[in-house]
Amino acid sequence: MKRSESIEEKKLTVRQKIWKNKELYSLLLLPILYFTIFRYGTFVWLSIAFKDFTLGKTLFTAEWVGFKHFRSFLEDPYFWNLIGNTLTLSVLLLIFSFPFTIILALMINEVHNKAGKKLVQSISYLPHFFSTVVVCGMVVNLLSTDGLINNLLSMLGLSKIPFMTSLGWFRPIYVISDIWQSVGWGSIIYIAALSGIDAQLYEAAVLDGASRWKQILHISIPGILPVISIQFLLRLGGIINIGYEKILLLYNGSTMPVADVISTYVYRRGLMGTDYSYGTAVGLFQTVIGLILMASANQIVKKLDAASLW
Amino acid sequence: MKMKFSDRLFGWINAFLLLLFTLIILYPIYYMFIVSISGSGPVMRAEVSIIPLEPTLDAYRVILGFNSFLRSYCNTIFYTVAGTLVNLFMTALCAYPLSRSDLYGRSAITVFIVIATVFDAGMIPGFMLVNSLHLRNTIWAILLPGAISGYNMILMRTFFQNIPVDLIEAARIDGASEKRIVAQIILPLSKPIFASLALMYAVGHWNSYLPPLLYLDDKKLYPLQLILRNVVISSELSELSGGMSAYSVNPLNIKYAVIFVSILPIICVYPFIQKYFEKGIMIGSLKG
Repeated sequence: MKRSESIEEKKLTVRQKIWKNKELYSLLLLPILYFTIFRYGTFVWLSIAFKDFTLGKTLFTAEWVGFKHFRSFLEDPYFWNLIGNTLTLSVLLLIFSFPFTIILALMINEVHNKAGKKLVQSISYLPHFFSTVVVCGMVVNLLSTDGLINNLLSMLGLSKIPFMTSLGWFRPIYVISDIWQSVGWGSIIYIAALSGIDAQLYEAAVLDGASRWKQILHISIPGILPVISIQFLLRLGGIINIGYEKILLLYNGSTMPVADVISTYVYRRGLMGTDYSYGTAVGLFQTVIGLILMASANQIVKKLDAASLW
Repeated sequence: MKMKFSDRLFGWINAFLLLLFTLIILYPIYYMFIVSISGSGPVMRAEVSIIPLEPTLDAYRVILGFNSFLRSYCNTIFYTVAGTLVNLFMTALCAYPLSRSDLYGRSAITVFIVIATVFDAGMIPGFMLVNSLHLRNTIWAILLPGAISGYNMILMRTFFQNIPVDLIEAARIDGASEKRIVAQIILPLSKPIFASLALMYAVGHWNSYLPPLLYLDDKKLYPLQLILRNVVISSELSELSGGMSAYSVNPLNIKYAVIFVSILPIICVYPFIQKYFEKGIMIGSLKG
């Protein structure tokens, strides 16, 4: 019965197959319209990267200039400055934020009191749900000359530091606030992986007299190593896509030399400076490099015979 | 079995470090709160650290008197509610047909959507599009461009796919129409995914800052996050009062009060969010 039905199913023509599910297709109309207008519509506007789109011109009347804007971006000495800043911030996050996430997961995993574990987890996730504006607002005010940190410094008899306007402090502030906001949330995936490790391994280790420290080194860490390497690769793949929301809120004239990244440059020069074609070209350059990196990372992950990104 | 002393010591050190960590997470939030309810004097003299001094609600009274603050708060509530409804409606509309294995052309449509999701044209093309559709300075600029998140759509589709086919088949044999199957079987079973996506979308709208920054110039439409930025980061306190900037309350009190009022709803729904989000992230990572 079931079998003959499925053979009948195969015999239907394409038209019949579509007609049979006409209600389902009608549901899809609005979403497809949405993706066509609001996503593919923006792809059409990407073409201005290859045109001179200036005031008074439309998408269609602006003349083609090929790779002119890309060339002028790549030849600009400031290009290397932007790439340098972008990569530096990403690498700093990879060096500090990434291991911290794993260490936190390992530490939380060592808490045997269920209620305590739950409490630490809940508290650590909280900042993830605050907006970038809130986190940056906290940073700016806690670090201001009359803020909490400087009050502490002067209480200890040290001189005040103008954190927000000093060149050397921008990167530490960026990284530390990132850790504060996202380390708890980032640890979820490792905590889940840790809970998947066979409990018998730990029991056997205890019988053999292994200390808890040894258990972490020889059971916990090797157990989550596949997850760690996948996460590492994916982060590496996203190394050029640094979020600009936060930088836009934290940087100012004095920290610009170390804080300006590709995307903030697009915002300032392309959008604020209405240099639309140039800004689009710079943005597209970043997107393409980012996609290549991401795709390569995903390929490597696939080769490692683990779950792929999508 | 009794633990060795060294292992117990390990546990204590671990617990102590985690306690320290939670304090580092919580203290800045707590500090902002106690400053916001302390008197101006102690705040100026930098005396507030553990408990509020000369407690007063003056800062809150001041910000509640600011029209632009109240208006932006109402705007954000509107964007959050309306935006989330649009999101859920559109996401479900997209996810349900794609969950059905008998849909002809399903993989082609999925590829169409995945390309649109993975490839982000960027800030300026997005701005130009919204501009060319004459959506700038309208609420639609906030509600429409992000109507469906491809990732969330995939999450919902996966959820629908996991509903046993037998249930749907049985209903069909009983003569139920497609509409009735959706209304009486799919939707009631899908409450958890709707709840978790609603929370995800809602938090996103509440915290959203870049789209309004790019698409709204009209201050009457400003959401909370933009006012927050002007007050807290750019220190434009006159932003709130419409020019008047001399009041008896310390600006720092006002700034922290504004921050606190803006995160209050997040803290209130947090217990629910957390549960659903954790589930959501797990569905996401399992399915990939």
